[in-house]
Amino acid sequence: MLQDTSSPAVSSAAISVEKLNVYYGSNLAVRDVYLDIPRNQIAAFIGPSGCGKSTVLRCFNRMNDLIASARVEGTIRFEGMDIYPTGEAAKNFDPVELRRRIGMVFQKPNPFPKSIYENIAWGARINGYRGDMDELVERSLRGAAIWDEVKDKLKESGLALSGGQQQRLCIARAIAIEPEVILMDEPCAALDPISTLKIEELMAQLKEKFTIVIVTHNMQQASRVSDRTAFYNAEATDAGGKVGYLVEYDDTEVIFGNPKEEYTRDYVSGRFG
Amino acid sequence: MTFESITDAQAESNLVAAEAKFQPNLAGRYRLDAIFKAATIAATTIAIAVLAWLMFDVLISGVGSLDRSFLTSFPSRRPEQAGILSALAGTGWVMFLVAVFSFPIGVGSGLFLEEFSGDNWFARFIEINISNLAGVPSIIYGLLGLTAFVIILGDWTGGRSILTGALTLTLLILPIIIVATREALRAVPDSIRQAGYALGANSWQVIWSHTLPTAFPGILTGVILALSRAIGETAPLITIGALTFIPFLPEGPLDPFTVLPIQIYNWVSRPQKDFHDLAASGIIVLLVVLLVMNSFAIFLRSRFQKAR
Ligand SMILES: Nc1ncnc2c1ncn2[C@@H]1O[C@H](COP(=O)(O)OP(=O)(O)OP(=O)(O)O)[C@@H](O)[C@H]1O
Ligand SMILES: [Mg+2]
Repeated sequence: MLQDTSSPAVSSAAISVEKLNVYYGSNLAVRDVYLDIPRNQIAAFIGPSGCGKSTVLRCFNRMNDLIASARVEGTIRFEGMDIYPTGEAAKNFDPVELRRRIGMVFQKPNPFPKSIYENIAWGARINGYRGDMDELVERSLRGAAIWDEVKDKLKESGLALSGGQQQRLCIARAIAIEPEVILMDEPCAALDPISTLKIEELMAQLKEKFTIVIVTHNMQQASRVSDRTAFYNAEATDAGGKVGYLVEYDDTEVIFGNPKEEYTRDYVSGRFG
Repeated sequence: MTFESITDAQAESNLVAAEAKFQPNLAGRYRLDAIFKAATIAATTIAIAVLAWLMFDVLISGVGSLDRSFLTSFPSRRPEQAGILSALAGTGWVMFLVAVFSFPIGVGSGLFLEEFSGDNWFARFIEINISNLAGVPSIIYGLLGLTAFVIILGDWTGGRSILTGALTLTLLILPIIIVATREALRAVPDSIRQAGYALGANSWQVIWSHTLPTAFPGILTGVILALSRAIGETAPLITIGALTFIPFLPEGPLDPFTVLPIQIYNWVSRPQKDFHDLAASGIIVLLVVLLVMNSFAIFLRSRFQKAR
């Protein structure tokens, strides 16, 4: 199995993962993940359902902490900082600070049941933003390509928007607190092609300022937007369960054009199973 | 069988087979629909009819003696001079204190159990016990109040005082409020919490800004139900020794007191018909107080829902 096909240029990596194992209870869900996510690029995670893409993604901003049974082994570095420290350092580590620097957009749009304005402003306010709030709200909504659609109804509930608009509102909310990395878990899964296109264009702009990791089931999307692609798969274990692993991680052109693994070739060309 | 290989003949035979396999029986299903609807209407009618009859009965016998002097007089041995003033004041005092005590403690405990304590055996043990407490007969709480607040803590609570009554009723309704709070919090979608945490919020910020406001209407409903139960309780207050004859207005929480249901009970248990009518008037007053209290809570709730 190929463990790490990326160059070991640590200095250009926003996130680097070494020998990551994630358990839910006693079940090993994902094993032996090694990868580097380069700064200001888009990395796509693809692979069949249940192979652990979301699980790995949630490790990056420690959202797995919210799942009582989840346990993480291995090392993940964010800008050189170990985000799963052990021993004494673990007590001093604060995932709250980490999550401000690594934002997340979820598969299902989940705006707060508050006004559109407040959806954006809240994150900034709790993180002690001192600048002009109106200006920040406008800038974030423009950044997520939704300003023109909502500028006249900022006081209305975020839930009154369409699904695609809600998702862009969630992206605006994520970029408002100026994170360094944005994690997107199937952000277009519930969207029509036009909204999807808007979000893809948005990602191409966002990568100038942010590093983006996106999980997607849409092969075209992965090949269109991403610079690097990680293909995951799941294999049966002796105990009868399934465990996910990273099959191949390389430049997107290589994964889609000339992958090293037969499995990857089958999957990206739709000839799987 | 691949799609291309389906010939017209096969398609036709599939259609026939499908018709035989599914028997929609719409008539039968609609009949069941109608029967079910009729059953629910009957249930509602019975409930409302009983209630209406009760109200009618109370109104008939109570309206006659319900006048200004009834509301402004103290109890008396002569029915024509007897009034409900001190009981009304007592209920006002007690309910005010019960609300002040039970809301923060109940909602706080519910929050802790649901949001902070995690899912361990200790939390489950407490949960089961709280559910059991919600079902304990109220007179047991009266005995608890008598021991704890009158006998042991009597120096601070003033013995058989308003404060003791309020504390006892608070104990009585706390489990209800805690259970209702937990249910309301549980109904808040996890995606809202996740959205909050993903922005770098800590537990307090997520709870205060999102979880609690979303759950608040549900919590308020639970509090209303609990307070409505407290306002009608008689047994625990008699147990702690609330008096039935209070010819003065309580001036502070340490004064002796009576409440509406005790006064009503007292009048009902007398032989004279005139006192029975007074009891009916008292019931009307109690119902009005209850309605005022509930509409205030509903007003709060709707304002809260609009604000978001
Ligand atoms: N909260 C959880 N508790 C227990 N097991 C979980 C939990 N979340 C995920 N798993 C398990 O971990 C494995 C990987 O799940 P994960 O959600 O990461 O898959 P995925 O690759 O994101 O799939 P999909 O493409 O369907 O979203 C699955 O076998 C799943 O059953
Ligand atoms: Mg997933």
